[in-house]
Amino acid sequence: MKKTMILLYLALVSWGASAQTDHTKMNSSKADMPAMHTNTPAGMKDKPTTLPSIKVEHSLSVTAIIDNYLALKDALVEGNGKKASSSGKMLLDALEKFDLSSQGASKQLELKDILDDAKENAEHISENGGKMEHQREHFEILGSDIKDLIIITGSDRTLYQIYCPMYNNKKGGKWLSESIEIKNPFFGSKMLKCGNVQQEITVK
Amino acid sequence: MKWLKRIGLALLVVLVGLQFIPARSNQNMEVSPASDFIKTNKVPEEVGHILRTSCYDCHSNNTDYPWYSSVQPVGWFLENHINKGKSELNLSEFGSWSIRKQKSKLKAMVSQVEKDEMPLSSYTLIHRNARLSRESKKALVDYLNALQDSL
Repeated sequence: MKKTMILLYLALVSWGASAQTDHTKMNSSKADMPAMHTNTPAGMKDKPTTLPSIKVEHSLSVTAIIDNYLALKDALVEGNGKKASSSGKMLLDALEKFDLSSQGASKQLELKDILDDAKENAEHISENGGKMEHQREHFEILGSDIKDLIIITGSDRTLYQIYCPMYNNKKGGKWLSESIEIKNPFFGSKMLKCGNVQQEITVK
Repeated sequence: MKWLKRIGLALLVVLVGLQFIPARSNQNMEVSPASDFIKTNKVPEEVGHILRTSCYDCHSNNTDYPWYSSVQPVGWFLENHINKGKSELNLSEFGSWSIRKQKSKLKAMVSQVEKDEMPLSSYTLIHRNARLSRESKKALVDYLNALQDSL
């Protein structure tokens, strides 16, 4: 109870602080982040102009992987461990179906490492429908796997990397989203708006 | 009364019979392979000791068995338990994994220990020395975090 009150208090204070900071600070990196929280008001569609951007090749090879990753993210936003578990299973299937031989020989070794790690994380998520916090831990690791994957393979859509400084005892955690509207998969309704857009991954 | 005696006798026969079906032992001749976590990372003695007493029984290829492990069906239960532990994390193979996998596993280890999910309470109930004191928990977590950053 005491912890919840402290968290609530911190959330309020930081919300107040972030309301006063100007929006250019939204793009600041982890190291020089002034406020713990940066809210992106729902419906704010104009994205910050200086958002760091990575350009990747256009590719349809990862469509199913991205689809299921995003479905998993949405299930965790909703706080639905069962749904997350079935999305995790579908993501695992999509990862297993990925055709490594369609990729250049020089990329295969690293891709295999990424896929293996992603599969293991997806498997844990699918097997832990009753333990959402455990699912979220693996979802956090999965985020960097998927990002590294699409940097090599390319993507079929624009994705945003969003950072939540509060996750994992304030060590922070990242996820990928199809939108800049913040809906936090690590906390769900407890801290739905915690996060700031760090990076944009666009298709060339 | 006669029935009770017969049932008791039957149970005894079954229990004695079970002893002839041993559980598979998780002890390798090669005590620690080159890919062993403690060896590959040149883990400091203090942390190595914590890992050996609190983690290695279920998460490596070498279990330090208690005497009752040779009594069935306890031994089978342990075998099952160890197999499950090793399939999640086998520290004897750590050095053979990709850096990505090593980092992921380190991250998972830290959160399991921090959240007191590991070592399992059913295990520390019997292995009292495997419980992590506040100091050893901190030493272990700090080490795992530092290692993760250095990889």
